[in-house]
Amino acid sequence: MNRVDLTRFPKTSALLRSRWPQFLLRAVTLAGFVFTILAGLFGSVVGSHNFAIIFVWIAWWSALKLFFIPFGGRSWCSICPIPMPGEWMQKGGLFSPSGKGFGLGKRWPKKLRGNWLQAGGFLLIGLFGAVTLTSARVTALILLFIIILAFVLSLVFERRSFCNYLCPIGGFTGLYAQAGPVEVRVKEKQVCAEHSEKTCYTACPWGQYPLALKSSADCGLCMECLRVCPSDNIAVNLRPWGSDLGPKSKQSLDEVFLGLVMLASVLVDSAVFLGPWGQLKTAAYEIGSLSWLGFAGLFLFVSFGVLPSLFSTAVWAATKLGSAKTTFRKTLMNYGQVLVPLGLMAWIAFTVSFAFVKFSYVLPVISDPFGWGWNLIGFTGKAQVGQSTPFSIWIQILLLCVGLFWASRVANQISETSKQAFPIITFSCLFSAGMLWLLIG
Amino acid sequence: MVKKERIARVLVVLFVFIAVLIFVVGWLKNQNLNADSIQIHARMPENGGWSVTSINAETNQPIHLKLTSDDVVHGFAIGKTNHPAVDIFPGEFVETTLLFDKPGTYTFYCTRWCGVNHWRMRGTIDVRGEGPLVTNPPPAYLQLGIDIDTEHEAEVIPATDVSPQTGSLFADDLPSYVLDQETYFSNSPAKIWMRLRAEPTLSELSDQEVWDVVAWIWQKNTSPSMIETGQTLYAENCAACHGETGKGDGIMVRDLPKHDSDEHSTNDPHSESGMGGLIRPHDFTDANHVLGASPALFSGKIIRGGMGTGMPYWGPIFTEEQINALVSYIYTFAW
Repeated sequence: MNRVDLTRFPKTSALLRSRWPQFLLRAVTLAGFVFTILAGLFGSVVGSHNFAIIFVWIAWWSALKLFFIPFGGRSWCSICPIPMPGEWMQKGGLFSPSGKGFGLGKRWPKKLRGNWLQAGGFLLIGLFGAVTLTSARVTALILLFIIILAFVLSLVFERRSFCNYLCPIGGFTGLYAQAGPVEVRVKEKQVCAEHSEKTCYTACPWGQYPLALKSSADCGLCMECLRVCPSDNIAVNLRPWGSDLGPKSKQSLDEVFLGLVMLASVLVDSAVFLGPWGQLKTAAYEIGSLSWLGFAGLFLFVSFGVLPSLFSTAVWAATKLGSAKTTFRKTLMNYGQVLVPLGLMAWIAFTVSFAFVKFSYVLPVISDPFGWGWNLIGFTGKAQVGQSTPFSIWIQILLLCVGLFWASRVANQISETSKQAFPIITFSCLFSAGMLWLLIG
Repeated sequence: MVKKERIARVLVVLFVFIAVLIFVVGWLKNQNLNADSIQIHARMPENGGWSVTSINAETNQPIHLKLTSDDVVHGFAIGKTNHPAVDIFPGEFVETTLLFDKPGTYTFYCTRWCGVNHWRMRGTIDVRGEGPLVTNPPPAYLQLGIDIDTEHEAEVIPATDVSPQTGSLFADDLPSYVLDQETYFSNSPAKIWMRLRAEPTLSELSDQEVWDVVAWIWQKNTSPSMIETGQTLYAENCAACHGETGKGDGIMVRDLPKHDSDEHSTNDPHSESGMGGLIRPHDFTDANHVLGASPALFSGKIIRGGMGTGMPYWGPIFTEEQINALVSYIYTFAW
């Protein structure tokens, strides 16, 4: 099946089974998280001189899209520090659960399940993005709010409720992890079926049952199932990109919505941060003003109006072109998968447009993390705002082309006839052309 | 198992502790480093202006300043001194040391056009100590009783371009009072023209020739180096509102309504003439306006500012020589 099971090799198997490497990485990211909050709250108000802005919005946000997701799916989730303090309390232990934890252990309300709230959270980040991305104080307060919220929720609800249903980044990462090259799956279904204890399900902080796991969207790659399985029946596979996508899979409605929100967000972010419209940029910054309301209206109109109606039209046309049995809802859930490669490559292209230009800020903020005039490693004042090079422009074009090609391929695989894929491919072309215009034009 | 859990807890707490420790030690070290200097954050007036607006100092005791900007590029200079202006870049620190040998109140100000309210970025340094206090004599416009708030249209203006060179040919025929600096300072060109026109000894001269004489008098009371100084000061401090060509159309005032002498009333601060009642500055290329003003009147306007416009007060910043240089430069727009 074109997959390489990492648990088959003694070294990688030991690395994945041991809790220590992952634990140490999370302990470091937790310390980094606390440091970032302190830098954001007490450091320089000038974003380019504050560790919080540069590390969260340049280094981490770029690394997530350029490295963690494309090469590891939800790999960031496996070392994310946000659930750590809450889980310590909930499970009564950091490393090995004592079973004497606090917490009410309630189940997350059914009505609030799915990616709806995550999509909403992502929209909120977009609406206030211009300020969040430039104000270190706001960034720190958001990080503080998130970690407190995750902590409180883990005392009220069972498992990683915050990660599963609220974390906007979790929604983003989960959606695109479906295209990623890593998956956790069971080796032999029969073995699981005969095992009555389901130790893996009990241990899974994400509430997943590996036997039923079809999509990598829901698995946070924490490796707990691998560690508790008595039969060594869990595989950690390297797989071809996009393995979750195809005729056998479908998206839930909330995933389709999340996919559309992500497309809208990358369009609006590109327009605000890269576009030539000064007024739009000003409007995005002046939170609460009339012009900002206009910007928010435009953002929501693109998210809830333009893209959903365009996509619905394409899906409606595809339904008409399909066999008589197909319903609009079914077609929508099938073709929702097209939004995954399309959005992922657009986000990567968007990131390439600014990441290389702004990466020179990273070393200077390590040299002077609070912007207090230190020079720890001799890089203070060495930041140079780069110019986007023709090379970076070609990469962006290439990435968008790959996204379009990939989305069209998925659309073709899902469709009964190539004619049926046509409306969906047209939608993908429109979106890619829009992105190309915003990034290059 | 219990041992591993204990190690894990210690490690997590240790890592977080190290993160907090770096911050706390850094914070304390920063306080120590800055103990003997004053840290000033520059911000646009809308964002709070200078974080420190009043500094106390002693004569001959150096003051160390650590300056940084929280938003855009600002500058730091002290009025009426030779201390070189310092540029302040966002997020970066620049240090400067001040030393005053005479007690008095000095004004520090922003030297970069940071925004519409740029000129409001000012603060004072109170220097105490032995020696005579630096005081400023009351400005000439007060001594002469000139009302700088009223209109001062010229009664008469030249029909064509003036020639100081031609004017110089009649130097010997002129009454002695016109060569007096006092006369130049307290009279407008139009007033001097009228007085000369009324002189019987000059009745032979044409109206234009009398204007040439007036232009020569104005030239005599200035020098190329003064004009040059005036031009530099004007470009740095005035052009953003008054415009590079003196037309009153600088970048900071382009959204304001033009000056209209019929409608504009300086007594009514609530006049509906635009943003906060502010209007554009006068056009210096308009001879009617400029030739009706005496050097004393112009220097008064520079010193006190106001006049129902957004004109800042430059009294605490420019020296008398600098103001005189600016005044002589302003006349060059209208001749």
